[in-house]
Amino acid sequence: MNFPILSTLIFLPLISSLFILLSKEKTSNNSSIYISLFSSIATFFLSLFLWYSLDISTSEFQFVEEKSWINNFIKFKLGVDGISILFIVLTTFITPICIISCVNSVKVRVKEFLIAILILETFMIGVFCSLDLVIFYLFFEAGLIPMFLIIGVWGGPRRVYSAFKFFLFTLLGSVLMLVAIIMIYWLTGTTDITQIYEIKIPREYQNILWLAFFSSFAVKMPMWPVHTWLPDAHVEAPTAGSVILAAILLKMAGYGFLRFSIPLFPVASEYFTPLIFTLSIIAIIYTSLVALMQDDMKKLIAYSSVAHMGYVTLGIFTLTKQGIEGSIYQMISHGLISAALFLCVGVIYDRLHSRMISTYGGLVNYIPKYSFLFLIFALAALGLPGTSGFLGEFLVLTGTFQKSYLAAMLATFGVVLGAAYMLWLTKRVIFGVTNNSEIKNLNDINKSEILMLVSLAFLIIFFGFYPLPLMETFSVSVNSLINNYETAISN
Amino acid sequence: MINNLNIMLPEIFLSLSIFSILMIGVFIKKSFNIIFNLTSLIIIVTITIIFTSPNNEEKIFLDSFTRDAFSNYFKILILLSSLFVLNSSKNFIMDNRLDKFEYPIIILLSILGMFFMVSSNDLILFYLGLELQSLSLYILASIDRDNLRSTESGIKYFVLSALSSGLLLYGCSLLYGFTGSTNFDFIASELNKENTGAVFAMVFILVGLAFKVSAVPFHMWTPDVYEGAPTSITSFFAVVPKVAGLALLIKFMSIPFSNILLEWQTIIIFISIASMILGAVAAMIQKNFKRLLAYSSIGHIGYALAGVATGAISGYESAIVYISIYVIMNIGAFSCLYLLKKDGIYKENISDLSGISKKHPLLAISLLIILFSLAGIPPLGGFFAKFYVFVAVLEQQMYALAIIGLLTTVMSAFYYLKIIKTIYFDDSFITFDSTKNRIAQISIFASCTILISFFLYPSILNNLVDTLFIG
Repeated sequence: MNFPILSTLIFLPLISSLFILLSKEKTSNNSSIYISLFSSIATFFLSLFLWYSLDISTSEFQFVEEKSWINNFIKFKLGVDGISILFIVLTTFITPICIISCVNSVKVRVKEFLIAILILETFMIGVFCSLDLVIFYLFFEAGLIPMFLIIGVWGGPRRVYSAFKFFLFTLLGSVLMLVAIIMIYWLTGTTDITQIYEIKIPREYQNILWLAFFSSFAVKMPMWPVHTWLPDAHVEAPTAGSVILAAILLKMAGYGFLRFSIPLFPVASEYFTPLIFTLSIIAIIYTSLVALMQDDMKKLIAYSSVAHMGYVTLGIFTLTKQGIEGSIYQMISHGLISAALFLCVGVIYDRLHSRMISTYGGLVNYIPKYSFLFLIFALAALGLPGTSGFLGEFLVLTGTFQKSYLAAMLATFGVVLGAAYMLWLTKRVIFGVTNNSEIKNLNDINKSEILMLVSLAFLIIFFGFYPLPLMETFSVSVNSLINNYETAISN
Repeated sequence: MINNLNIMLPEIFLSLSIFSILMIGVFIKKSFNIIFNLTSLIIIVTITIIFTSPNNEEKIFLDSFTRDAFSNYFKILILLSSLFVLNSSKNFIMDNRLDKFEYPIIILLSILGMFFMVSSNDLILFYLGLELQSLSLYILASIDRDNLRSTESGIKYFVLSALSSGLLLYGCSLLYGFTGSTNFDFIASELNKENTGAVFAMVFILVGLAFKVSAVPFHMWTPDVYEGAPTSITSFFAVVPKVAGLALLIKFMSIPFSNILLEWQTIIIFISIASMILGAVAAMIQKNFKRLLAYSSIGHIGYALAGVATGAISGYESAIVYISIYVIMNIGAFSCLYLLKKDGIYKENISDLSGISKKHPLLAISLLIILFSLAGIPPLGGFFAKFYVFVAVLEQQMYALAIIGLLTTVMSAFYYLKIIKTIYFDDSFITFDSTKNRIAQISIFASCTILISFFLYPSILNNLVDTLFIG
């Protein structure tokens, strides 16, 4: 197939954002919203088509596009395999939801907001498509600009601090990755990862390069102790910003570990496994405890994200089939669940302008539809069997047991803590006594909110009962990832 | 000899035109407009002359003057940037009553000086060019002579610059004394590490050159002159002499000093690191936009010098690419300053930019692009500039330089973000006058377009620069 489907996918949102920029309406923003919604849904269907036509029986990169970019040096190379396609579909699925949510929650500068979201979508899809380290870095970093503006312009009272912290933390982490990328170029003569897989990086360089990549991914993931930007960013970001941040931006790091750290530096990955295990376990237990103590709902969910990402890193570095598959599953499912939870918080925030848990209580008596959906998402977040959240954690723990009993037991303890903070949150917000008289006048969720939340709830439950579509897609790629890793280690 | 004079055709044309428009200025009253337009015309004609001239290396006047691809590239860069700087500042010049007919003529004279600098292959010719340029710049810095700060900045610049020129000249004389020639090629063949005196000379010359490109620790004049001089002059200072200075530095390193690489390399590495750090740290607390750009330019020169410090052709090339993109960004940034007019007064404090995104969305987005590009965030042009430099630096396995350089990028991102914060996150107080400064708007638009679309074809400058060192 010669049609450049991946480039179309990447640049479609960008081009439609140009249309929005050129549209000249002053009073209403309807046409901007329709353009962005239409283009993002088109992108979603295009990505579904891509998933449908992807040959999942091979781990080769498909739909590869290659174009000379910087002379004899870097090629603009794109391609997808069973792992990246899922993240692309997740991105294109979450973006229209964000656009719908901003109809309710964004009141000022709607046009600019939509442009920022669409540009961000371009960069995010680019990250998951790129098969060249420099292109990857380019998209990875470029996403900072729209996200910085989304937090800073449309965010809450402490938005400036949060936006700066987000930007500088991430940038600081990634500059070392840039050094590593250039070093890889001088070591191997290419930045095309499929070629580097063949050439193999010399052992003596692997540790230092791995650490450089790690510094970037650990910040983005975020792993303890560099996770502190995440709660701030989440709390201050507008709903759509939080959703994108939790659902997609955090997944870039996990994807980065799978795509770059393990295949490029297998020896170092094995060497540093104890480090990752320690940090992940600390993240799981410590941030779960911190989450217990929050009185701000968004902060609570943000800390729970850090804990969930702890499972992801744990699973990836078990370097077993179950572990890695569980991590990917966990990332996709966390993408859906955290997006849904942040949307839920956004829904009541739009009505009462408070994120404090103490403001609410007894919502189930006044807005039952909302409460029902919230309950589903909270249960999914704590990993109730029958929701997608369960399967990921279960597989990760299975993988971990093969490597280390201690780690697995501590991580399992984290599951209990997860249940504690989520249930306690639900108890205080949805059930309990209503102290606030304003709650009695709350409107239940409107049609657009139902559309967003129900579609997410449907997927969460669907993938909880029927994981096969996802599992089948990435299973071959994960197998070859592990095979390559084991051959590299045994040599 | 006469047959070869066409090698110098751009210089000859430029000098003759300067004298003729000087005559017009003397005999015609209120001739600023005529001379200004003629100056633009002269620049355009000179560009065409250089474009049509061949790129092969030729030398005349006892090998003291070279014309090659290297000098042609820099001459075109100098001319193009002067053209944009000059024309976008025209409204500013008129509004501030700087419309003296000497203004454009002195700019042309300094351009002539830079031409000789980039073309020189001899210590004497190089020094003459440098002095012609510097003398013109002293006058330009204090051109607003009734303004205390402009005069002060002119004097300050003159005193410090004269000192550095003195050191430079002393270095030149030492070099002549120890090698027996003023010709670059001859010096290159004579120099070696055992020649301690020549190494001394190299240090003096480096000091002088570092002063001209305002690298730390010889940067002290930059913030004061940038702030004190009228904005139209500052934008010229920030762009054009830096290009010429860097060209000269690269020339010195690659020809006469090519054999004492290890001796000068340490010095340049130090200067580069110091400039990057100081540029990043000192800019954080600035309130005046011009002063901030001064520190940011110090930082940027640090990155360009990191490319020079590699001592390899690829490093020099990356430095040239860097300075070219730097020119594009700075023309855009300064052109934005010309649009910040309120009740006839040009604002230059960062706080004046507060919330302009609400009332001037186009200006705000342009500044956003330029500032993120200056910070080196992909996918904008500024990122590629830094990227090429660090590729070259890491090729020579200078890991410390690369890591320090990239960490200062993060530090400098902080103050660029602060301006963006002022523009986008803060409330608006000022509505600026609607300006009819079309040329400044065109410059901003051109600058932003190049910076955004640079990633589509990022090797365009490399392809050009690759040809410079073949000769």
